[in-house]
Amino acid sequence: MPIETAPGLEAGVLLASILFCLGLAGLMMRRNVIFMLMCVEICTNAAALMFVVAGAHWGNADGQVMFIFVVTLAAAEVAIALALVLQFYHRKHTVDIDQLNDLRG
Amino acid sequence: MQGLLAWVPLLPLIGFLILVGIPLFYRREPPESVIALIGVGSVGIAAICTAVATAAVFWQTPSAVVNIALWQWMQLGDLQLGINFHVDWLALVMMMIVTGVGFLIHLYSAGYMRKDPDFRRYFAYLNLFIFAMLILVMADNLVLLYLGWEGVGLCSYLLIGFWYKDPVNGTAACKAFIVTRIGDTAMAIGLFLLFYEFSTLNIPQLITAADDPGANREMITIATLLLLGGAVGKSAQLPLQTWLPDAMAGPTPVSALIHAATMVTAGVYLIARMHPLYILSETAMTAVATVGALTLLLAGFSAIAQSDIKRVLAYSTISQIGYMFLALGVGAWSGAIFHLMTHAFFKALLFLSAGSVILSLHHEQNIFSMGGLYRKIPFTCLCFTIGCACLAALPLTSGFYSKDQILLRAWEFREGFNSLWFAGVLGALITGIYTFRVLFLVFAGTEGTASVQCKDANTPVMTIPLAILATLALLGGLLTPPLQAVFGTIVEKHPAAWVEGVAIAMPLIGLVVAWQLFRREKKTGEQRSRVTKFWFSGWGFDWLYDHLLVRPFNTLSRLNHNDIIDALYKGTAAFSRQLNMLLSASQNGQVRWYLATFAAGSILFLALLVAL
Repeated sequence: MPIETAPGLEAGVLLASILFCLGLAGLMMRRNVIFMLMCVEICTNAAALMFVVAGAHWGNADGQVMFIFVVTLAAAEVAIALALVLQFYHRKHTVDIDQLNDLRG
Repeated sequence: MQGLLAWVPLLPLIGFLILVGIPLFYRREPPESVIALIGVGSVGIAAICTAVATAAVFWQTPSAVVNIALWQWMQLGDLQLGINFHVDWLALVMMMIVTGVGFLIHLYSAGYMRKDPDFRRYFAYLNLFIFAMLILVMADNLVLLYLGWEGVGLCSYLLIGFWYKDPVNGTAACKAFIVTRIGDTAMAIGLFLLFYEFSTLNIPQLITAADDPGANREMITIATLLLLGGAVGKSAQLPLQTWLPDAMAGPTPVSALIHAATMVTAGVYLIARMHPLYILSETAMTAVATVGALTLLLAGFSAIAQSDIKRVLAYSTISQIGYMFLALGVGAWSGAIFHLMTHAFFKALLFLSAGSVILSLHHEQNIFSMGGLYRKIPFTCLCFTIGCACLAALPLTSGFYSKDQILLRAWEFREGFNSLWFAGVLGALITGIYTFRVLFLVFAGTEGTASVQCKDANTPVMTIPLAILATLALLGGLLTPPLQAVFGTIVEKHPAAWVEGVAIAMPLIGLVVAWQLFRREKKTGEQRSRVTKFWFSGWGFDWLYDHLLVRPFNTLSRLNHNDIIDALYKGTAAFSRQLNMLLSASQNGQVRWYLATFAAGSILFLALLVAL
């Protein structure tokens, strides 16, 4: 049986790309760590969306399995990242990422 | 008996090693008598060994050749080199001179150098010198000969600069070392050529191979000319003669050793040893004779103008070695060696008695502040006069017999009046002039400024060698070495009586001229004309080399003070450092900057992937 092409593949890829670029742009422009974390979430979601779209395209459930992994990963990431942000604020009394440049060469 | 010959070079080496090794076993410096016993004794025993071996082996059979193989030195493909000795009468004559005259000079040194703080170092160098010279003389292959050759070069450097605390002495030592090294380089190239052509450096094998009619004559000419280059350097001939007058910086017995018994005769020995090769090349023979003739005149004129007693003798040595080269060039091989022998006797005598004069005058060397010394140091005066008579070749002295042989052979060389003979005769006249000039200035006439405080410094240990050398210098003409086996017999021709007469008359004319010169110089003191100034400076060779070589070299080295080649490496280092600074500037700790570059890189990479 030939693989049935799910409709809207291109639209899905386009949406995922736009979402990812938005997230990346936010990451590059924002200085607030909280906002940067939110941007990372957008990037993660774009990737997850891509999994789902690809899974639907090939008629395969693996994409949805990967989505669950990604969501779990995102949860874990946020948990750790928020702890880091708290530490950061505790030490520097700011959440401006540009203040965190102690490792310059 | 033949085994004794191997001990001849080893004894001075042992003496050297003991003298050098003393601080390993004793903390305190041993007394001078012990040092002198080791230093003088080792050479003395070597001289006795030579004499015994001569009497036992060589005296009955003049054609005897003793080969002694001690060790295999190295083996490289076809090249097999051993520490092997080849002793025939030629080597034997040299060995007798080196050990015999060397021993007398050692003995004299024990008196001359007494109370010198570096007494032990002095004798160590002296023993090493004798060892190197013996290796040079006895070697059966040219590489071993070259080892001895470089050995005497090193020792002359050490001894000329013996009183190294005075920078002038150090400079003189360096000059001797560097100038002779130029000749040595030529000689080394000559050795390479010979090995390339004949695949052997063993001297007897080499001579057999070169005698083959199929041998490459041009190559032999080039190689012999290069060997001549080495000989010119060591024997201080034109154009490498400039080091020798400066070599007077060393202690006087050292000058005697370098000039009479060892180093400067090495060149004459080398050519005599390789004479079958020289016979094959007329160019090389002419070159040897020309160098000799020019040098003997040039150095003779320089000797007339000198004011330092040792420099007169230095130029006289150059001149006399010139005679030997002239003899070699006209094929009077045994004449050259005979003159080498008599020269060793009377030049050692002259230097040692000059040493006595210098010591008696508290290290004054200017002959214009001497004069009238015959009353104060009669024995030294007697020795010096005998030496002068031999040097000037007055009839019945040893110098006369040997020089006469050379002049006759030069006459026969082109049958009649030729430039080489003329140079030799003119040289004999000049020798007479400068020899008696210095004799008169030092010993005759009124007392000079330095003569007033003259105190006879001769000790028995110094008078004995002087007496022996004086006897040898007078009677050495009777000791014609039996060299026919080495050089072949020469058919004696007897030229016209007047040729002989000229040779006898020249030194006597020289004596008269010297007397006139002495009377004039005594009146006017040291004022010099332009010509004598030119002669005084050794015909301006030092000036020429200074402007031609030394100064351009110094200028170049100053220009290249910051090494040009170094700039390349420094540039590489500077470039890396700049690059590093550029890259470390990008590492600014800004997460957003890292992210941006990461994104840009990813895009670039993706774009590349798509494009390909």
